[in-house]
Amino acid sequence: MSTPSLAVAPSLAVHCVGLRYSFGDTVAVSGIDLDVAAGTVFGLLGPNGAGKTTAIRMITTLLPAPPGAIEVLGTDVARHKLAVRRLIGYVPQQLSADGTLTGRENVALFARLFDVPRRTRRSIVDTALESVGLADVADRTAKTYSGGMIRRLELAQALVNAPKLLILDEPTIGLDPIGRASVWERIGVVAEQTGMTVLVTTHYMDEADQHCDRVALMHRGRIRAEGSPADLKASVGPDATLDDVFRASTGDDLGTETGERMSNVRSARRTANRLG
Amino acid sequence: MSAQLDALPTGSADTVRKGPLRLVLSRAGTMCLVELQKLRHDRTELVTRAIQPALWLLIFGETFTRLHAIPTGNVPYLDFLAPGILAQSALFVAIFYGIQIIWERDAGVLAKLLVTPTPRIALVTGKAFASGIRAVVQALVVLILAAILGVGLTANPIKLIATLVVLMLGSAFFCCLSITIAGLVLSRDRLMGIGQAITMPLFFASNALYPVAIMPGWLQVINRINPLGYEVDALRGLLIGTQADLGADFAVLIVACAAMISIASALLGRLVR
Repeated sequence: MSTPSLAVAPSLAVHCVGLRYSFGDTVAVSGIDLDVAAGTVFGLLGPNGAGKTTAIRMITTLLPAPPGAIEVLGTDVARHKLAVRRLIGYVPQQLSADGTLTGRENVALFARLFDVPRRTRRSIVDTALESVGLADVADRTAKTYSGGMIRRLELAQALVNAPKLLILDEPTIGLDPIGRASVWERIGVVAEQTGMTVLVTTHYMDEADQHCDRVALMHRGRIRAEGSPADLKASVGPDATLDDVFRASTGDDLGTETGERMSNVRSARRTANRLG
Repeated sequence: MSAQLDALPTGSADTVRKGPLRLVLSRAGTMCLVELQKLRHDRTELVTRAIQPALWLLIFGETFTRLHAIPTGNVPYLDFLAPGILAQSALFVAIFYGIQIIWERDAGVLAKLLVTPTPRIALVTGKAFASGIRAVVQALVVLILAAILGVGLTANPIKLIATLVVLMLGSAFFCCLSITIAGLVLSRDRLMGIGQAITMPLFFASNALYPVAIMPGWLQVINRINPLGYEVDALRGLLIGTQADLGADFAVLIVACAAMISIASALLGRLVR
């Protein structure tokens, strides 16, 4: 593959050119161009199966991308995997804390994995736990946490690296309304105070509308619409919601519950139960 | 609260950059530490996993010592058996370690670990030696039990440390074998089945229960290619002072370990696709 010209302004946290990925015959991501400006909260929206998670997994180096296809803060993902991993914090879709370890041990593990020097490790772990409001329960094992607490613990795990780009895949899936609100609140506080870029996927249009500076609507591996929630809604009609924008740009109804979507929600709930 | 977040290091510039070898050693140390933390929170496993080796030593060992059915020269059979049971209990810990990897895959933990600056080979090495740590802690329980039963164990600290090294290497090999199978079958149930299917053959096709000399020829060949055989040979030589080819044992274990770590690392990617 010839390297596309990447005249990347340093203001871009993520820059994707012609991103595509297939699992066998199934095309998951079908040639998307995506720019995420540094310092913004960017939402990648769409139903399950739209290709959001695949795109995220390519950006986070979990799935291979060809050289030149993705840059994170100007660094090519294919050529400099480890360097890119030092720039990002990643919270996967599943509730992924280790229930047998305490909250503090969970965070300390990631501090070690990100090579936070020993002399500052303890204070950084404490700061990360405080910033997500878990300082008082830090010495309880994570299996005693609620789903929302585990999400915030994962946020702390990602924060010990002080990432320039925080990537969250469906951060509120399977959480109750209180858990959802607390997770978004912390994301907002962290983004505001550190100025880090946040790239978040979700299929909850109302959450994206409320919390994202800019959104891209993804459907069947392609980006169908992109812009600020307000502009997108205005382009459809005076009282339009992001659901209406989605319907208008894809001709599809997001409200239709697909079997896959239900099973994903169920699996997230199972995870929440397993971890307590 | 802003003051708190400002205390976080800005970007990754503050973090220590490490060469590949230091990175692997650092990650292995981290994984071992986490394993000890997990053991500290759940000590029941240490007890339940001690039951089987205890039964082997108490019932099988005591009975066959009285029977004099297995010729072990001037070494009592129980003494001969103890290093074999030590190796067996380490094998049982390690061979099911892949289940944890599959659990971590299903729970998203593996993906999260792989998005840290941790090369796959460092992650697998870390996991391998973490299973070794668990095996060593388990072995201490078995060793104490053996000492109580009157097995004449060495008191030489160097030999005891070498014993732990042998256990670590053996566990690392079988842990990576387990991760390799996990990478091939990608399911917890199938890994359980395969694990159960191969542990006993590995155990019986080794010198853990009986000397190589009394094995039929074909079994001697299998023992020759079974890393467990080298592990038992080294443990027996170190702990009760039987004749052992320690140089060859260590060489085989180190080479087997390195090979298996490479294979498991190559297959790890299949688990996150």
